[in-house]
Amino acid sequence: MMKTWQAVKRLLPMTAMFGLFLAGCGREDLSVLRPQGPAADRSYGLMELSISIMIVVLLIVFTIAAYVLIRFRRRPGQNEIPEQVEGSIKLEILWTVIPLILVVVLAVPTVKAVFAAGDDHSNDKNAIKVKVTGHQYWWEFEYTDYKVTTAQDLIIPVGKDIAFELETKDVLHSFWVPSLSGKIDTNPAGTINRFSFSAPNEGVYRGKCAELCGPSHGLMEFKVKSVSEQEFQKWIDSMKTPVAVLPEDPALAEKFKAACLTCHAVGDQGINNAPNLTGIGSRESIAGILLNDDTREDGAPIEENLKTWLHDPQSVKPGNLMPNPKDLGLSDAEIDGIAEYLANYKLD
Amino acid sequence: MDWLTTVDHKKIAILYLWAGGLFFGIGGIEALLIRWQLIKPMNNFLDAQTFNELITMHGTTMIFLGVMPVIFALMNAVIPLQIGARDVAFPFLNALGFWTFLFGGILLNLSWVMGGAPDAGWTAYTPLSTSTYSTTHGVDFYTIGLQIAGLGTLIGGINFLATIITMRAPGMTYMRMPMFAWTTFITSAIILFAFPAITVGLVLLTFDRILGANFFEVGAGGSPVLWQHIFWIFGHPEVYILILPAFGIISEVIPTFSRKRLFGYSSMVFATILIAFLGFMVWAHHMFTTGLGPVANALFSVSTMLIAVPTGIKIFNWLFTMWGGQVRFTTPNLFAVGFIPTFTMGGVTGVMLASAPADFQFHDTYFVVAHFHYVIVGGLVLGLFAGLHYWWPKMFGRMLSEKLGKWTFWTFIIGFHLTFFVQHFLGLMGMQRRVFTYLPNQQFDFLNLVSTIGAGLMGVGMIIFLVNILLTSRKPADASNDPWEDGRTLEWTIPSPPPEYNFKQTPLIRGIDAFWKEKVAGNKGMTPAEPVGSIHMPSATILPFTMSIGIFIAGLGFMFSRDEFGNAFMSFLFNNYIVTAIGLIITFGSMLMRSLYDDHGWHIEPEELEGSERT
Ligand code: HEM
Ligand SMILES: [Cu+2]
Repeated sequence: MMKTWQAVKRLLPMTAMFGLFLAGCGREDLSVLRPQGPAADRSYGLMELSISIMIVVLLIVFTIAAYVLIRFRRRPGQNEIPEQVEGSIKLEILWTVIPLILVVVLAVPTVKAVFAAGDDHSNDKNAIKVKVTGHQYWWEFEYTDYKVTTAQDLIIPVGKDIAFELETKDVLHSFWVPSLSGKIDTNPAGTINRFSFSAPNEGVYRGKCAELCGPSHGLMEFKVKSVSEQEFQKWIDSMKTPVAVLPEDPALAEKFKAACLTCHAVGDQGINNAPNLTGIGSRESIAGILLNDDTREDGAPIEENLKTWLHDPQSVKPGNLMPNPKDLGLSDAEIDGIAEYLANYKLD
Repeated sequence: MDWLTTVDHKKIAILYLWAGGLFFGIGGIEALLIRWQLIKPMNNFLDAQTFNELITMHGTTMIFLGVMPVIFALMNAVIPLQIGARDVAFPFLNALGFWTFLFGGILLNLSWVMGGAPDAGWTAYTPLSTSTYSTTHGVDFYTIGLQIAGLGTLIGGINFLATIITMRAPGMTYMRMPMFAWTTFITSAIILFAFPAITVGLVLLTFDRILGANFFEVGAGGSPVLWQHIFWIFGHPEVYILILPAFGIISEVIPTFSRKRLFGYSSMVFATILIAFLGFMVWAHHMFTTGLGPVANALFSVSTMLIAVPTGIKIFNWLFTMWGGQVRFTTPNLFAVGFIPTFTMGGVTGVMLASAPADFQFHDTYFVVAHFHYVIVGGLVLGLFAGLHYWWPKMFGRMLSEKLGKWTFWTFIIGFHLTFFVQHFLGLMGMQRRVFTYLPNQQFDFLNLVSTIGAGLMGVGMIIFLVNILLTSRKPADASNDPWEDGRTLEWTIPSPPPEYNFKQTPLIRGIDAFWKEKVAGNKGMTPAEPVGSIHMPSATILPFTMSIGIFIAGLGFMFSRDEFGNAFMSFLFNNYIVTAIGLIITFGSMLMRSLYDDHGWHIEPEELEGSERT
């Protein structure tokens, strides 16, 4: 054990160097290489260790290969027959034992981390419990302790453990926020998964679906928004106020109820067959992928995003299950009206 | 016609080669289309559905139909020669294996023109692959096509097992067998144990889809995770079915062109067996994120890492085979030498993936895409290139052009690293796999562009290879028995291409690297183990071909048995299983003929042997 520990120590400077190099890779809110929380840190630590070990192995192999290929190339006129060596027990033991040691060096922390990742926080009083449900191609988040349901944007209080329970309503999906934690599959009822992570810093993190789930699998994204404790409470409170805000124009309100609330919900109205729309005006994105941040070049004003979506959902996310509002009997003007209403439906 | 009825292992090898080339080409075009779609963010060159069909067919085609037959081609061409046999143990079955494989592959690819290719990924995870979510016939083509093709593979595997166990020349003990024969032997054993698993899985899924069974239907008590276990219990060993033959090829090519015997032969044999054994113990490492729990994850993590040990033994043994030798950089050896570092890189990322908590991040991202292409393309395909260039003169009597061969090597390997090295980083930066497009501004754009350019370069390498084949085929077939001059094994003792009966007299084996041993002792050829006598040959027959056609028809009939056709006659034929029945009658009829009519084969008499031979 003493020996392996020394090997680890010798690898540390290398690890640090590598860390620096990799840290340049990717966006802070998205990259595995720039972990933003303990769960992602745990994976990252193992990745650093394994990459370091593997780089050492590669260097050895490459060096021997280069040496052999240069030193022992056949030269013109070289006709004598090289000695036919059978092998060497010593050498072979050497390259059996060294890899074994390296494997042990990696296996011990791996096993520790596996059990750490398996810790169940679902009975932890301080953890926020969230039930994640995957749907083709959107995400539903239910805060079971608060009886609040939302979609696409997962709001969490900074620093708190979030205890997830994951399930799918249709095919398999996989819930992944690279900068916060590794992924876990959403299986159908009966094979429900649990895991947890926390985000020590405020910010918006990008989440993705990592299991092929149909045509729009690649577009099944979501955001995790970590906010202060007070802000989180405020958000929960306004989500809980049972009054639904409906379009001011009563005719439009009727249309909205008839065409949209048969699947969606706002406040206490409608049902959760499709993403819950309560306070959608405050969301980070529409459909998980149309970014509402118009200060960025890939973002657009929320109203515009809503119009893009409502005028043709299929072109935004092929194969998604929302009917085209036009087929539900809405005119272009009514669609624009609903887009405007939803854009302004903010939580205070 | 000759080709439809042949039972000669050398001709079947060539059939496998062309079939493999065809499917490999299809899979390659699919890969290029996939890469073209991903060249920039939000590209709309392909739509999402077509893209999913392409990734599914690309993966399925490459694994089952692209590289497998090329492996089988080399095995068929070389194994009987290497062990000093006149043919394989069951020539009839050999032909049958090829034809079922080919018709299975054709059936699968018909899906492109018959209403939709499979779209649930090559792993066909349920419930996405059930009829609820995959509504075209695509996945039916997948299950039935692979079932038929798998039958061929299983037959082939059993045949090689029997051949190697029973048909080695006198004196060729197991521990004198060439490495390629060893890896073929072990590979065939893996086939024997792994393919039944996928066979069962495919049957269950077919029943779910066509007959409305509920093996994987959650609402009816079925389990979607069950499919994953069945699939990977087959799927992981399958990876070793692919890579072990490449190990074998490398172990032949490197000693030849280093003029040294393989370093640590017995540890190589032992490592091969160990890898095969461990290959069956690690399937759940594909399922770390499925939620198996920490105990399973820990066990499968550690057992997976252990594979690094025997693999490491192999790498170092190859390096030390060259140590002190005289290395020649012929085309086959370039590929073999290129294989070592490339495959090592695939191996080390494999160990990284084995660490379950790290895999929670790697899984289903481009990191994994990079890893398995390093293993399969950087390992197996480079190995196959080495083997093809190496044995081409033996198979066809013509040397491929060394100059074009070197061009192939450099364009292919540079293109390969450009394509797949950057994908490690794409995965780590948050790009999932199997995505038909990606949003801009995620820092994915540049690396994807590089990757696509690399793929184009690999395509160029392939084209140069084809040109090489074409030009070579127009040259006279004048390769000598031992065209590389340093051949060590039995295949180099007989003419290129070998006569129908391979060995006029079965050789006597006096040690490992039998031919080399004789050469060093100053002998021109092998000492015969028997006097010249009449040689018994199997007769050509069309029956394997008709049997396979029958299965093919039955498969199509079964697949469409529930369809409404616009045409009453068609509906009648299919819905009453008449087409299925016709197919089965053809197959069983052929079997009946085979059993009723006793064919004793024919003989080549000694006088004919003398007449045809000069060396
Ligand atoms: C010309 C060389 C090749 C290129 C450019 C290429 C490219 C790709 C790409 C872009 C993907 C899609 C990754 C994803 O999003 O999942 C892919 C998947 C795959 N490739 Fe290749 N590939 C090549 C050769 C091969 C070969 C030779 C094999 C195997 C023998 C192979 C096996 C696979 C498999 C199994 C998949 C996964 C398919 C799935 O996700 O269902 N590839 N390849
Ligand atoms: Cu999904």
